[in-house]
Amino acid sequence: MLEVKGLSKSFGGFRAVSDVNLAVAEGEIAAVIGPNGAGKSTLFNLITGHLQPTAGRVVVDGRDITGVAPFKICGMGMGRSFQRTNIFPKLTVLENVQAAFLIHRGQGPNFWSRSERLYRTESEALLASIGLAAQAWTTAGTLSYGNQKQLELGIALASDPKILLLDEPTAGMSATETHESIALIARIARERGLTLLFTEHDMAVVFSIAQKIAVLHQGRIIAHGDPATVRADAEVRRVYLGDH
Amino acid sequence: MKTNDLAGRIPWTLVVFLAALAVPWLGSRYDVFLATQIAISGLFAVSLNLLLGTTGLVSFGHVAYFGIGAYVCGILMKTYAMPFSIALPAAALGAAFASLVFGFFCVRLTRIYFAMLSLAFSQIIWAIAYKWNDVTGGDQGLPDVPYPDLDWMNSIPLLGDLRIAGQFYVVSLVVVGLSLAAMRRIINSPFGRILTTIRENAERASAIGVDVRRYELAAFVVAGGFAGIAGALFGIFSRGVFSDYVFWPKSAEVMIMTILGGIDHFWGPVVGAATLVLLNQEITSYTEYWSFVLGTILLVLLFAFPGGIVGGLSAGFAWLRRKRGRAISPDARRLEATGAETTSVEVKRA
Repeated sequence: MLEVKGLSKSFGGFRAVSDVNLAVAEGEIAAVIGPNGAGKSTLFNLITGHLQPTAGRVVVDGRDITGVAPFKICGMGMGRSFQRTNIFPKLTVLENVQAAFLIHRGQGPNFWSRSERLYRTESEALLASIGLAAQAWTTAGTLSYGNQKQLELGIALASDPKILLLDEPTAGMSATETHESIALIARIARERGLTLLFTEHDMAVVFSIAQKIAVLHQGRIIAHGDPATVRADAEVRRVYLGDH
Repeated sequence: MKTNDLAGRIPWTLVVFLAALAVPWLGSRYDVFLATQIAISGLFAVSLNLLLGTTGLVSFGHVAYFGIGAYVCGILMKTYAMPFSIALPAAALGAAFASLVFGFFCVRLTRIYFAMLSLAFSQIIWAIAYKWNDVTGGDQGLPDVPYPDLDWMNSIPLLGDLRIAGQFYVVSLVVVGLSLAAMRRIINSPFGRILTTIRENAERASAIGVDVRRYELAAFVVAGGFAGIAGALFGIFSRGVFSDYVFWPKSAEVMIMTILGGIDHFWGPVVGAATLVLLNQEITSYTEYWSFVLGTILLVLLFAFPGGIVGGLSAGFAWLRRKRGRAISPDARRLEATGAETTSVEVKRA
């Protein structure tokens, strides 16, 4: 489903990501872990076209999408969330999700219909499925941090992605919030048959839902495989898990 | 935002439009002069706000498209004796076309660079208007732009009683009204909603599939076209088109109108335009230090109402409504609270 081949990115002389190979099969839940500064977000930005790689290729569903603009990648069935919460703060929760439906269903050039009536049912159903139905009319920027993260997931889901990339979906959350959102993400991925790739720093979260884990250290993949293999890997224990 | 009380059911837009329409019959020649200026400036300011408030683009060169509209309409009507019904759409198209060409470059830059480039283009237009004597009249301008042929109005009761300036005011008001209606429709359309997502968060917008530059360019062209209509009307209203109309202080003036009225509300810029035009007239008649007094008043207004006049008023009304709502409907709040609780339970179960 998603294949990353020999992907590298240098900023000046600094190699943020170097020669990364990664493959995620359809319907699989995969995680990229690594300490802060390991290059996880850079890797994500390379995959979604927000950054241009220095070398290497990104292939989705057999199509080479290396260097394609982010707004086009979204139309190819790849949705993403950001590490820093990324919503439309002054719009209502419903409007946030509705906007994503409008653009995804090709209504963007429509100058004349009343937007508030379009995709209302779809938007409300989506909000219900991510547990934000009661907050539909709240201004998105006033939601709690955890709810904003939920909403971000909702915005990504409105484009009906086949593959979803979540960059630190639980960053900055309390233990309870983390637990709830991971349960939510796992349920949504299962219900929709999504291929999921996420980055995470919380080990408990990763080992609870990921079927496959890649460990990134100083821009390189130092281990990958199922959770048990990764947990047992000597080098991983040394550079990363040993910290705990 | 539904209100069931009487105030919410009155079609306020229609009331204001009819009241404005009555000015030539009820007011003096001077009132007609002011009302025409307010209507045209209001349209100009709302067109700027499509960029500023809706899309989040700060254009310091919006006057270029106002000026192009004024020159296209003025030249066609004066030099080529074309009817108003052709000159006006031509002005809109000319301004929109210029916005397309200049906007193509502007949207490739962001924020302050966008603002500077838009200003630079408007100064180019000004330089052309100032120097191209054969077509624009150069620094002499294009005096004596004729009024449209409104003889047909003379056979209509009431309209026939008006002077030509009053009749032209009626025409302007209808053109402005239709333009505002069209812009409101555009802002509330899916296209308009996409523009607000760009204002709110361009990075997020591109991640949901919005081609940000293309939408910004489209907004720039629409705003430019409506500015061109305002310019065309203004040239006829002031009986001539001069290079001052494309000079940068006019961009600053329309920006002040828009921000003073409030960029978060559709009608904000119109209120701002009315306020600035009236303040200007009042103060100039009292003192020669009018720009000092006007500046002070603007400072105070902007500090008192950071969201503009309309923003301040609507915040005040919302506060009043909340205060009253709290007194009468504890039920509604209880309902809300239980609704919220159900959802959080659902999440936990999931």
